[in-house]
Amino acid sequence: MTTSEITKKSRFSLKALFSKPAQPYADPYLGGILLGVVLFLAFFITGNGLGASGTISRFAVFIEDLVASSHVNRVPYLLKMAGGDKNPLDDWIVFITLGTLIGGFVSGVIHGRAKLETTKGPNISNQKRWVLAFSAGILFAFGARMARGCTSGQALSGGASLSSGSWVVMFAIFGGAYGLAYFMRKLWN
Amino acid sequence: MAPFPLPLNALFIKAGVYAIFLAIGFGFGYALEVSGFNDSPRLAAQFYFKDLRVLKVMFTAIIVAMVLIFASSALGLLDYNLIWVNPTYLWSGIIGGVIMGFGFIIGGFCPGTSLVAAATFKIDGILFVLGGLVGVTIFGETEKFFEIFYNGSYFGRVTLMDTFNLPAGVVVVLVVLMALFMFWGGEQLERIIGKKDLSKEPRLRYVGAGAILLAAIAVMLIGQPTTSDRWERLMPVKGAELTERKYYVHPGEVLKTFHDHKVEMVLIDVRSEADYNLFHLKDAINILPEEIPAHISEFIAKPANTIFIVMSNDETAATEVWKVMVAESVHNMYILEGGINNWLTTFGTAFEEDFCAGIKEGADDELRFEFTAALGSGCPAAYPDPEEYELEYIPKIELELKRAPSSGGCG
Repeated sequence: MTTSEITKKSRFSLKALFSKPAQPYADPYLGGILLGVVLFLAFFITGNGLGASGTISRFAVFIEDLVASSHVNRVPYLLKMAGGDKNPLDDWIVFITLGTLIGGFVSGVIHGRAKLETTKGPNISNQKRWVLAFSAGILFAFGARMARGCTSGQALSGGASLSSGSWVVMFAIFGGAYGLAYFMRKLWN
Repeated sequence: MAPFPLPLNALFIKAGVYAIFLAIGFGFGYALEVSGFNDSPRLAAQFYFKDLRVLKVMFTAIIVAMVLIFASSALGLLDYNLIWVNPTYLWSGIIGGVIMGFGFIIGGFCPGTSLVAAATFKIDGILFVLGGLVGVTIFGETEKFFEIFYNGSYFGRVTLMDTFNLPAGVVVVLVVLMALFMFWGGEQLERIIGKKDLSKEPRLRYVGAGAILLAAIAVMLIGQPTTSDRWERLMPVKGAELTERKYYVHPGEVLKTFHDHKVEMVLIDVRSEADYNLFHLKDAINILPEEIPAHISEFIAKPANTIFIVMSNDETAATEVWKVMVAESVHNMYILEGGINNWLTTFGTAFEEDFCAGIKEGADDELRFEFTAALGSGCPAAYPDPEEYELEYIPKIELELKRAPSSGGCG
């Protein structure tokens, strides 16, 4: 199976429920069609596409609002989401994300892929992978705020609705990743 | 305010709406997981040309959704004007995109895929999400240092149709062709660099490629509805309402709305620049009828409590512009009753009379006041004192909540 060829995974299986053999992933074109239909339905029903980074920032503001409410009320960027009595989590994108988590979990369990493990390249340690994943999360989210959306909100949704700016963002993401890929080759190969 | 009794009506509508978002999110997460997007090496393999799964899934999703969006728009099922199209901020988009690309290759995830990875207990996915919380916090705290850059190079709602000056159908076909070419090229790379045996790939993918291309060509041949098509569709209802003068607003009501702080009023003066310079209402913007289409997306993006009032010297030109704007889904559209001529008859003062040589019998939609100087809006009639006038009229303005989303999923 290709999974084991590409990666070496450290597995500690949890319970019987989560220890059934992992099924291979779907054909990418088939997965893409499913994703495309979901994306279309999102536009058709709600007028909006899909997103993910919006929730991450709302959740961060939610925590910040609990810890330092007066600070949130002074910073204009945060004020928009959580000024005064406004609850930053009372927004449609948060429900999309809740659904995303549930959908991912359900598919993972059905296909035997919901396992406590670290996905990484064959030649780096778990600890290094964790540090890099955390740091890259910081970097990615910062970039996503800067570009007003991530791969979901800009590249995927804006790509399908033919926003010129989103196509620029999409090419910038691919450009950035390809540009740095050579220097990161030890992480993944 | 006491929390009880609960506002059940509002609550149930909201719960229903949120249930829909939850269901869409479920589909999103499910699709990402079955596509293998919770496995970081598989995502990173994209950038070493070994497994172009990311490209295949993403571009298949984009072209499928795009063809469905424009097909349903062509058939009149979906209003493209009311769909959220990410506004273009050029440079912050490019820099943000490159930073995201760095994050992608270092971390092996993007926010959406990291959520699915976290939901399937991938430790690195959970850490990526936690890092994301830190990243957005840093952005929120430092935004003030690059605010000008962040909000600069703003171009509004720009589509590929605007950029390349092509009809939507042609763009749809071109994007599909580009995607199919990339799939072909991607598979060649997988064969050469990833040592993949392409003969084991399902033959059905050629059928899929043909089907999506045919669908795109069909969308191009049907074409997107023009403004007059859109008006034809609304004609039975809106045309009759126009005859009943449902949207002609008395000057007195416009004056009252001037001072209503709950609504934003946009006054659109569609007369020639010469007439506009002679006299116009305070804060009225001068847009010629042929320039209206270029402003539609900007009008749709205004807050929900915006009222638009179109005016010409009488009513003819204003009514035509009204039809165009209503057909293009601008909400809360009204016409100034009797136009500027009626406004001046209602609110003209001794001040204006001093600069007026007389009143002529002009053709329809012609300014009947012969001004001797260009007053612009620097005279009392441009912004009358509401205390001075007791006017009787039937109120026509009803604020309608619009459906267009005012922000994307990234706010």
